[in-house]
Amino acid sequence: MPAAESPSTAPLLNESIREKIRAYIPRYPDKRAVTLPALHIVHEHLRCVPYRAMEEIAEILDLKPADVHDTMSFYGFFPQAPIGEKRLWICRSISCMLRGGDELLDVACKAAGVGGSGQTTQDGALTVEFAECLGICDHAPAALCDDGRIYGPLDETKVAEMIRDVRDPSRAPAAEE
Amino acid sequence: MAAFEPVLTRNFAVEDSQALKVYESRGGYKAARKALTTMSPDEVVQLVKDSELRGRGGAGFPTGLKWTFLPKDRQQTFMCVNGDESEPATFNNRYLLERDPHQMIEGIIISCFATKASTAYLYNRFEYITATRIMEKAIAEARKAGYLGKNIFGSGFDLEIYVHRGAGAYICGEETGLIESLEGKRGWPRIKPPFPAVEGAFRKPTVVNNIETLCCVPHIIERGVDWFKSIGNPKSYGPKLYTISGHVNKQVCVELPLGVTTRQLIEEHGGGVWKSRKAKAAVPGGISMGLLSAEELDVPLDFEEIRKTGCLGLGTAAVTVIDDQTPIMDVLYNTCRFFAHESCGQCTPCREGTTWFYKTMKRIKAGGGRPEDLELMGQLANNMGLTPGTTICGLADGAAWPIKNALAKFRPELEDYIRTHQSPEARPTPLQEAIFQGVSPSRFDTSMPEPNEPLALPNAPGHNPRLTPGP
Repeated sequence: MPAAESPSTAPLLNESIREKIRAYIPRYPDKRAVTLPALHIVHEHLRCVPYRAMEEIAEILDLKPADVHDTMSFYGFFPQAPIGEKRLWICRSISCMLRGGDELLDVACKAAGVGGSGQTTQDGALTVEFAECLGICDHAPAALCDDGRIYGPLDETKVAEMIRDVRDPSRAPAAEE
Repeated sequence: MAAFEPVLTRNFAVEDSQALKVYESRGGYKAARKALTTMSPDEVVQLVKDSELRGRGGAGFPTGLKWTFLPKDRQQTFMCVNGDESEPATFNNRYLLERDPHQMIEGIIISCFATKASTAYLYNRFEYITATRIMEKAIAEARKAGYLGKNIFGSGFDLEIYVHRGAGAYICGEETGLIESLEGKRGWPRIKPPFPAVEGAFRKPTVVNNIETLCCVPHIIERGVDWFKSIGNPKSYGPKLYTISGHVNKQVCVELPLGVTTRQLIEEHGGGVWKSRKAKAAVPGGISMGLLSAEELDVPLDFEEIRKTGCLGLGTAAVTVIDDQTPIMDVLYNTCRFFAHESCGQCTPCREGTTWFYKTMKRIKAGGGRPEDLELMGQLANNMGLTPGTTICGLADGAAWPIKNALAKFRPELEDYIRTHQSPEARPTPLQEAIFQGVSPSRFDTSMPEPNEPLALPNAPGHNPRLTPGP
């Protein structure tokens, strides 16, 4: 964990993010339950959850930063350093593995030009990761983009097409209001 | 038997099936109206109990019975809908959320009415991005139409449904892990008792039910107990969504009466095994349930019969087919990797055991397997999980079961695999050998490079093969 001291005193989370987090509070009898929604909101805006953001979430929810960090670090979803604008998960669980999913992770990394799972392209457009079952086994071997697009059944040529498709901003589905 | 008429999936093929108007035009929300305006909560509970509906999430616990565990004098109840469907090869809940969200909402309304819960949390795994969007839209629509909110149907019953997104942890599908995660903590399962019905989310009585279970409830209200019990096998009544994936021509999700066989699923719905091959094995319902051999493909997939094959249970009814060209070792390697990745790390036997399985499998696959590894894995498998009573939740049982089943049903093949997959550079190192023979790794000075020469057997306590390599 980085040192808590930060040179700037300006808050990392702007008022609109804070407002979105506060809107979740009435849903639960305990503010702590807003931790996951808050982490999701911060992640959507910053594409990561740095320690400063955890401190500020803790302040909004009357928690200790360590509480937020404890929860955050348990889940595989939240990176502390920024990831690409799009995130692509390649499934490696049983149904996909049986149909060649294991090999496709390397193919996808090569096609995207990254060294391995969890890495981001040089232009910051795309992060490629492996995933355990994504629940889209009807498309196996499958991949999921974090805007909701599902790809599959994949093979080597389709992986290249998929990478092009994910990187093309004009192909992205309309953002939800 | 009369032709089976699908009910859970009846709207799937209808155009715009996510829209409230379409759902209403097909008889939607009638069951909720009937339950809330003409029945008492206890009558609904009794009806569900009489129907012998069993939980579709894996354990197959009777739903009505679960509801009766709630204390009679409770002030507040929470409903948690378990949409953290992460069991590999399972995707039936995703279909239910994406294609008929209002059926889900109606099921939640009736079940919350029965259990007197005025808040329901739909815990959705984050991977179900589209499903979450569709559900949120449907909930807003239902709220606007007065199906949610205050005084629904003038019955005086209030209900709010909130979607809560998970963040990628298999363990949050365990009911107390889900509750912990909902409360904003790491998803570590709780020691039971107290069971969630007594002390669950926010320390209040809580019901945790699977999506498909709740989707069955409106149909039971509408069509009655006799209809429900006319489908399926004894003790396993009702329709069930089966998913078929792996080495089949068509990977699909179909609704069928409980108790179809794996062979029927493969031949009639999966389009046969791919590449005209034969099935060597199948997973009956998510990999934690174990493995069926080719001879067991005619066993009915219901809550009772499947247990006679040595499998853990029906699980999520997610059938994965494995063809005769695939080594069982590859399947085991995959399951071990999955559980080593998903163990939450709370209980030592599971945290260490799943990783140990994975490391052993990795070594065997690389060509460094030893004949005694199988024995070792069998021992380990028998010592972790709820069955021997060494862990808090059942994840470790799920990790051990495919290994137990494979050792019982495919042992000659596994032995053969180890014999024929040997490569000298993957042999265990002297350090590993010494550990296998019972020397504690703490006796090694790990700051030194590993010795190349073979180590002598540890014959005296305190013998350090690093420092005194033996005679």
